[in-house]
Amino acid sequence: MNFDLEKFKVHGEPLIYGAMISIALVSIGIVVGLTVFKKWGWLWREWLTTVDHKRIGVMYILAALLMLFRGGIDALMMRLQTAAPEMKFLDAQHYNEVFTTHGLIMILFMAMPFIIGLMNVVVPLQIGARDVAFPRLNAVSFWLFFFGAMLLNISFVVGGSPDAGWSAYFPLASNQFSPTVGNNYYSLALQISGIGTLMTGVNFIVTILKMRAPGMKLMRMPMFTWSVLITNVIIVFAFPVLTVALALMMFDRLFGSQFFTMANGGMDMLWANLFWVWGHPEVYIVILPAFGIYSEIIATFSKKNLYGYTSMVASMLIISLLSFIVWAHHFYTMGQGVMVNGFFSISTMAIAVPTGVKIFNWLFTLRKGRISFTTPMLYSLAFIPIFTIGGVTGVMLAMASADYQYHNTMFLVAHFHYVLIPGAVFAVIAGFHYWFPKVFGFRLNERIGKHAFWWIIISFNVAFFPLFILGLMGMTRRMYTYSAETGFGPLNMISFAGALGLAIGFVILVYNIYWSTRYMPRDENGDPWDARTLEWATHSPIPEYNFAVVPKVKSRDAFWAMKHDKQPLFEEPITKIHMPSNTGKPFVLGVVFFFLGFFLVFSMWIPAIVAGVGVLIVLAAMSFERDHGFYIPADKVIKTEKKLGGGTV
Amino acid sequence: MKVDTSKPLEYSTHENSNRIFGFWVFLGAEIALFATLFTVFFVLVNRFAEGPSGSELFEIGPVLIETFLLLTSSFTIGLAVHAMRHQYKRATLVFFGITLLMGLGFLGIEISEFVTYVHEGATLQTSAFLSSLFVLLGTHGAHVTFGFLWGSAIMIQLMREGINPATANKSFIFSLYWHFLDVVWIFIFSFVYLKGLM
Repeated sequence: MNFDLEKFKVHGEPLIYGAMISIALVSIGIVVGLTVFKKWGWLWREWLTTVDHKRIGVMYILAALLMLFRGGIDALMMRLQTAAPEMKFLDAQHYNEVFTTHGLIMILFMAMPFIIGLMNVVVPLQIGARDVAFPRLNAVSFWLFFFGAMLLNISFVVGGSPDAGWSAYFPLASNQFSPTVGNNYYSLALQISGIGTLMTGVNFIVTILKMRAPGMKLMRMPMFTWSVLITNVIIVFAFPVLTVALALMMFDRLFGSQFFTMANGGMDMLWANLFWVWGHPEVYIVILPAFGIYSEIIATFSKKNLYGYTSMVASMLIISLLSFIVWAHHFYTMGQGVMVNGFFSISTMAIAVPTGVKIFNWLFTLRKGRISFTTPMLYSLAFIPIFTIGGVTGVMLAMASADYQYHNTMFLVAHFHYVLIPGAVFAVIAGFHYWFPKVFGFRLNERIGKHAFWWIIISFNVAFFPLFILGLMGMTRRMYTYSAETGFGPLNMISFAGALGLAIGFVILVYNIYWSTRYMPRDENGDPWDARTLEWATHSPIPEYNFAVVPKVKSRDAFWAMKHDKQPLFEEPITKIHMPSNTGKPFVLGVVFFFLGFFLVFSMWIPAIVAGVGVLIVLAAMSFERDHGFYIPADKVIKTEKKLGGGTV
Repeated sequence: MKVDTSKPLEYSTHENSNRIFGFWVFLGAEIALFATLFTVFFVLVNRFAEGPSGSELFEIGPVLIETFLLLTSSFTIGLAVHAMRHQYKRATLVFFGITLLMGLGFLGIEISEFVTYVHEGATLQTSAFLSSLFVLLGTHGAHVTFGFLWGSAIMIQLMREGINPATANKSFIFSLYWHFLDVVWIFIFSFVYLKGLM
């Protein structure tokens, strides 16, 4: 084996050296901090080995918030580089790497884990379950996601980041045109976390279909749970396509196969098709749960039940089906003929219909409601008009003939930010504010929350609306600089100012978490918002067993029915509760997978084989383990319930 | 753990029946995976570049033996599950062992086929057709390999613990996996080899 230290080095820029030093300092800081405060044991017992869906959810959200800032810094660097003509802040290569990792991180390591985190926290509670169907598999999912994300994140200091765009089109992503190891990282980091996501999909389908509380028929499920169920069905059918695409990419780049090459029979368009057969449903994987979150919040803060429940479910089902037959709208201009473009144009526009149904249902839910303008509700209300702008420009882009005019311009960039930011980011922030008191037992400060809200909403429009105009003026995307004669300068400067405002908004949001943790009163009962669904029927913070007694559901919005129609929820006496025990193996599996990926990235075959055998050993160890969990005795449950007070018993 | 004695052992607890259902969902994902691989193969099947085509490369003899081995092993894993339901530990182990040995035989022939192809100058790097052929067959072969290791681990557990709700559940799920590999092979046999030979 020829060991060459050079290939690990990233050359170039003071910015990257600065990043290296700050990563090293932060790592040392964390290690020293944990040692000084003697927290290693606590970290291992309470978090790294946990199989509790609530804690796993919290870890997902924490990782997603970190990634939000990592991807956000990428965004700021991009907007700064294009803020004025002939900027010299980044060079072309560095700019390519930044826009690639921005897209990858925001979609796959920020939006998805944030949503999966909320799923983990909320869904078992909403269906009255004690846990997900496979708690240990859930931990495996998280650690595979986490170490996949870490693998991608070290790329920019070890060996170089991917630089062919988040869609990694061939031949651009081939060894020939992208000679650094960056796209090896792409294929392996996404593969590892993608396996984790697939396991989440299987886990939550079984959880929702098999673990619902007695009486909760499918059409009595809360809308968020419905959206999660449909999302996970999409995950199970879409992610294997990504698995295959990434594997073929790996074979092309590491072993010289000919799938996407320009010679020897390879077909570069095959990549575009495979990528978007997964990639378009992926858009709905992040947006459907957001629709679920908004449905819960709008119903709660309008003090009404959700308008058009059945049509909400039906439209999500239709969207999920349509999401699989629109992928070619991502490359109308790549020569696929009139019939193909026509088909994909019409199927794409058809998605606007069920989405419109949902928008009107939310508006009808608001109608004559007693609306309270809390922070989560403000995000939900802002979502409606902003998302509609995104949707309407989407229909503009869906017209294949018109798309020849503005494809690959900033108009497109503006469109998908107008869809994804209100559709996914505002939703997870709204959900975060909404369910925060459930998990931690206190609310986030409303005043600081509203400050962050206004910063984010206004800056968002300042940052992205100019891009529509720039696109129509002819500015293409992924252009790292331009001359003054183009006239793109002023609008780009406005957009940069908006990006700074967004950054301030997100900093205020995080400051709010800090402030509220220190100063907000801890006197909440389990139901601070006077909400409607089952997750609010237990205490806050939530005891490890979720519900002392499994609820019996007799209608939609079961908790509301209990509070206002005096329908009893908890009728059985308290008995002993079975719990799964913690395990360190999922964490170890993630670590081993990380090394497997790392060695493959650098084509270090012998260590890679060792790590591959390591994966099999950990799997075997999990298979041979006989751990039947433990029981919490009934008297201990009663004691806990008394301590938490009120609520269920 | 509540054991429901009215059901077969592998379904007897709530967790067990959830695992079986979960595995069916996972098989749904596996179907999507192999469907994608088949699609890639069909797209690239006529792109030989300078390399050989399927009709120049394939020989029916070894493929028929592979097919025979895998189809028979699907039958014997069925017998293993049948014996397991009657609590015949020895018979379960014997049929399990026969299944895995046939899987091993299948792998041996597949590997020698691959070696022959490479000697004839048909490598992963030669043409898009061969890339997709090797990756499709290789993915199936990797599944059989994993199945062999997984099945061996289950056999050890059956020997140690006998037939209980946990081992019965694992054995049954393994049988689903093994039947699935058989189904995939039938598609490979028909649409890769037979069609390629034509």
